[in-house]
Amino acid sequence: MPEVWVYAEVTHAGVVDTTALELLTRARSLGADVAAVVLGPGASRAAGTLGDYGASRVYLSDDDVFGDFVAQPATKALDQLVTEHSPEMLMFATNYDSRDIAGRLSAKTGATLMSNATGVSGLDRAQTAISGGSLMVDVVLRGSPKIVLVRPKSFAAEAMGGVAEVINVEARIPDELRQARRRERQEQDAAGPNLEDAGIVIAGGRGLQAPDNFKLLDRLAGLLDDCAVGATRAVVDAGWVPYAYQIGQTGKTVKPGVYIAAGISGATQHLVGMKGAKRIVAINKDGDAPIFEVADLGVVGDAVKVLEQLIEEVKRRKGQT
Amino acid sequence: MNVVVCVKHVPDPNAPVEIQDNRIKRTGVQNVLDPGDMYGIEAGLLLREALGGEVTVISMGPVQAVEAIKRALSMGADRGVMISDDALTGADSLVTARVLAAAIRRAGFDLVIAGVESTDGYTGTMPSSLAEFLGLPQVTFAKRLSASASSVTVDRQTASGYHVVECSLPALVTVTAGVNEPRYPSFKGIMAAKKKPLEHLTLDHLGMSAADAEVEQEIVQISAVDERKSGTRVANDEAAARIADLLAEAKAI
Repeated sequence: MPEVWVYAEVTHAGVVDTTALELLTRARSLGADVAAVVLGPGASRAAGTLGDYGASRVYLSDDDVFGDFVAQPATKALDQLVTEHSPEMLMFATNYDSRDIAGRLSAKTGATLMSNATGVSGLDRAQTAISGGSLMVDVVLRGSPKIVLVRPKSFAAEAMGGVAEVINVEARIPDELRQARRRERQEQDAAGPNLEDAGIVIAGGRGLQAPDNFKLLDRLAGLLDDCAVGATRAVVDAGWVPYAYQIGQTGKTVKPGVYIAAGISGATQHLVGMKGAKRIVAINKDGDAPIFEVADLGVVGDAVKVLEQLIEEVKRRKGQT
Repeated sequence: MNVVVCVKHVPDPNAPVEIQDNRIKRTGVQNVLDPGDMYGIEAGLLLREALGGEVTVISMGPVQAVEAIKRALSMGADRGVMISDDALTGADSLVTARVLAAAIRRAGFDLVIAGVESTDGYTGTMPSSLAEFLGLPQVTFAKRLSASASSVTVDRQTASGYHVVECSLPALVTVTAGVNEPRYPSFKGIMAAKKKPLEHLTLDHLGMSAADAEVEQEIVQISAVDERKSGTRVANDEAAARIADLLAEAKAI
């Protein structure tokens, strides 16, 4: 039986990145045997979850080398496993470390690689959305294995209650692959609910005009249940808010019930990260901005003024004024 | 410090993407130096100014893509290498990495710099594949970069913050927008660029053949997706009430 492998990222505490569970759920439907690979501190503690979502086997190592050094040790371990077991397809999520490892593994093995997939329909077939999601590209992959990098939230994760066989991987990583060392880890915690899981997302762009106006988004979010604040790449690059706020191609993918885009023009890079929202509200001065093409409710006007009015309206409805 | 910077000539990101024969249309459209690459060029120039050495700019693409290199030379890079070959039409990121690796090996370097991903294809895997072909360690997503003669230190962006990564040279680094403020070419720079060495290479020069350029994937169909329909527009004076209605419907109020 052909094998499909899912590469899973894991925290030191053993929490599996949700994207791996999405990929496992999809992999189960491809008529193949499904396995997961998880490397670095926390890996053993992740095996139960990976089995629960459909991995029949989990190849794992808790060795610090995979956490301490960027990309090269994981590529080496995966290359050895692939040579030994010949899986038909390897699925990675478009996450920082996964993307690096997938790119290296493709060069190392000669395996063809497809990036930014939003669908996987067979062992040799995947799809990707381009032009901000208006065009779907259907791709046939040849050779073995095939590597597919899948955008987060392309599939819903569903547990199935399985138990995985655990196979320990011995890490024999030579010194020449221990070059790029993580010296320090800085976390920047955003307040409120996790941007990727929030039911309501309010995001701001250049149209807010000044970093100070971003506080309006925080004030509105504070009045709403289950609401998080995000931003476009332009304002993150400008240093208004930390990178953790960024929604889009490079950044987070969100699928909230309501998405409010305040002062956002709607570049493709942003649209791919939020087009899955159930309802989209756009507030922008330029009535021709592409964001209006995907908005259910459009307001052509000054985002700052509309936000101020909206804050008053929400307060009024909550009986706070 | 000898730095090689990879650049790409891409369709103007401000114009709509055109598709022809199942590929992004690259000829007959306005092309520009990928805006993401300007940060890589600037990073190379800053390192040269601090540590000496040369900045070589390298690109692969149709012959007219040499314009991207010329732009980099006018910003201050020292030399250019342009790889063009009919056999490379339709090359994917793996083939691109293989070809660039062959050319970069000839050039000699301490550090290779690229953008995180191109603005047209945005696969984002070419630099990692390139690092593997060259046998180099890599540090991607640099939002801060400093170097000594023997190592680089990078603040590498993560989903929730950043990691400080230290890496011995030679190495490959990809830089994000925001790592620096790219300079504009001066008139003097534009004039000087015309006299700078610019090498044109084909697969033959690199000891490669069409077999090295074979792509193992094929687009079989491009179809229009049911677009989200744009909904209603509301006047400014009703906006707050209508948005609040939506939020109430979603049980956020």
